[in-house]
Amino acid sequence: MTQKYDVEAMLQQMTIELKNLCSEVCEHEPAMIGIHTGGVWVAERLHDSLGLNQPLGKLNISFYRDDFTRIGVHPQVNPSSLPFSVEDRCIILVDDVLYTGRTIRAALNEIYDYGRPARVILVTLVDRGGRELPIQADVVGARMALSEVEQVKLSGPTPLQLAVVTKPNSN
Amino acid sequence: MSYRHNIQLTEDKKLKHFLSIEGLRRQHLVEIMDTAEGFASVAEQSVKKVPLLRGKTIVNLFFENSTRTRSTFELAANRLSADVLNLDISTSATSKGESLLDTLANMEAMQVDMFVVRHSTSGAAHFIAQHVPKHVSVINAGDGAHAHPTQAMLDMFTIRRHFGEFAPLNVAIIGDILHSRVARSQIHALTTLGVNEVRVIGPKTLMPCGIEQMGVHVHHDLKQGLKDVDVVIALRLQRERMTGAFIPSEKEFYNAYGLTDETMTYAKPTAIVMHPGPINRGVEIASSVADGPQSVILKQVTNGVAVRMAVMSMCMGNVAARGGM
Repeated sequence: MTQKYDVEAMLQQMTIELKNLCSEVCEHEPAMIGIHTGGVWVAERLHDSLGLNQPLGKLNISFYRDDFTRIGVHPQVNPSSLPFSVEDRCIILVDDVLYTGRTIRAALNEIYDYGRPARVILVTLVDRGGRELPIQADVVGARMALSEVEQVKLSGPTPLQLAVVTKPNSN
Repeated sequence: MSYRHNIQLTEDKKLKHFLSIEGLRRQHLVEIMDTAEGFASVAEQSVKKVPLLRGKTIVNLFFENSTRTRSTFELAANRLSADVLNLDISTSATSKGESLLDTLANMEAMQVDMFVVRHSTSGAAHFIAQHVPKHVSVINAGDGAHAHPTQAMLDMFTIRRHFGEFAPLNVAIIGDILHSRVARSQIHALTTLGVNEVRVIGPKTLMPCGIEQMGVHVHHDLKQGLKDVDVVIALRLQRERMTGAFIPSEKEFYNAYGLTDETMTYAKPTAIVMHPGPINRGVEIASSVADGPQSVILKQVTNGVAVRMAVMSMCMGNVAARGGM
């Protein structure tokens, strides 16, 4: 079973909501950070459509994951790069899929190791439910109620495409 | 030496201990460098720390003095958020007659997760790895004239960051090859990573016999040896290990094998100069070369922290993920 989504329309809607939210809560121009790999793809699009001046920050949260004792360390092909100071800045954190919330927990910890942001706004293309931590997104492209055997697949960076697939029975 | 199972690896061939480059495959060395690349960016954060090894205890077991190696291991462990205990054994229990295994048993009773070992006897780290419980990792920080694998890997990482690849490079290692565990580990790493040519340059008295069997070309003339070389590695003249008449005098060694502005012109103009430190200025290298534009000696030190973070986190992660198997 595969279902496809209109990512372009989702990005447009997210841009509008994000613009409104930022003008409401951010004192200065916000900076954007995408989480590797899918989050960076989504962030690149939103960064463009919002016309932000600060270069896009990229976060690789491998060293902050909470499953180190289960699966060990991952080599980072794309290390984190935050080409701006996060100190006292309004940060838009972007990921592709919000699920358990553990990735966002790790990302927040890493951001705090660079400084203390004034505020963090969380943006995800998909919120699929299934949270294991008290974390929620401020702007969401699509909400889905998926079961454990279903998986959100994002392919990109161009074209950015979203599909929900059912995992094969293995595992 | 045929082991049914390499003690350094888990059953699925992941790094468990890091004792020597020998016995590891290219993919292991590449994985160490890839992981180190990620850790290099941690040094750019305002909080230079990641929480990977939080709650783990690492003991630096140094039976032989070393300021730089010990402090970079300590810094690496700190940046991984581990707790570190530095034990300078040369001034401690063994001098009161305690055996190595008793010292170890005491450390294990303190619930240690990793030992970083430096010892003047070849094979010491390997011996310790054979005797620790299965959830404990051991890293060799230099054993006798045998191996110094983290030094070799930080050198490889420095070379890769500068040139981007190994295949076209000619590398020359100069000086006291005989007493150098660094040279042995470097040669294993360079040949495993597939450089074009590895050369060793030095007087006959400081050249271990049969070194050609490691796949290197031996030169006794500096000018000849440095021709077309991309990476020039000077070694420290290890006076403390020289009990016989290996060289007539330091002055004479410098005249024949010292790296100076003049002798550096024998190598490629794009060549880089490396040295594992501590450097003896005016013995194996001139100040103008050590501090010159071709020198990457201080970059090696910076890279040493990232590489040691990589090795520590890989060993501990693989042990933790597999319940020590």
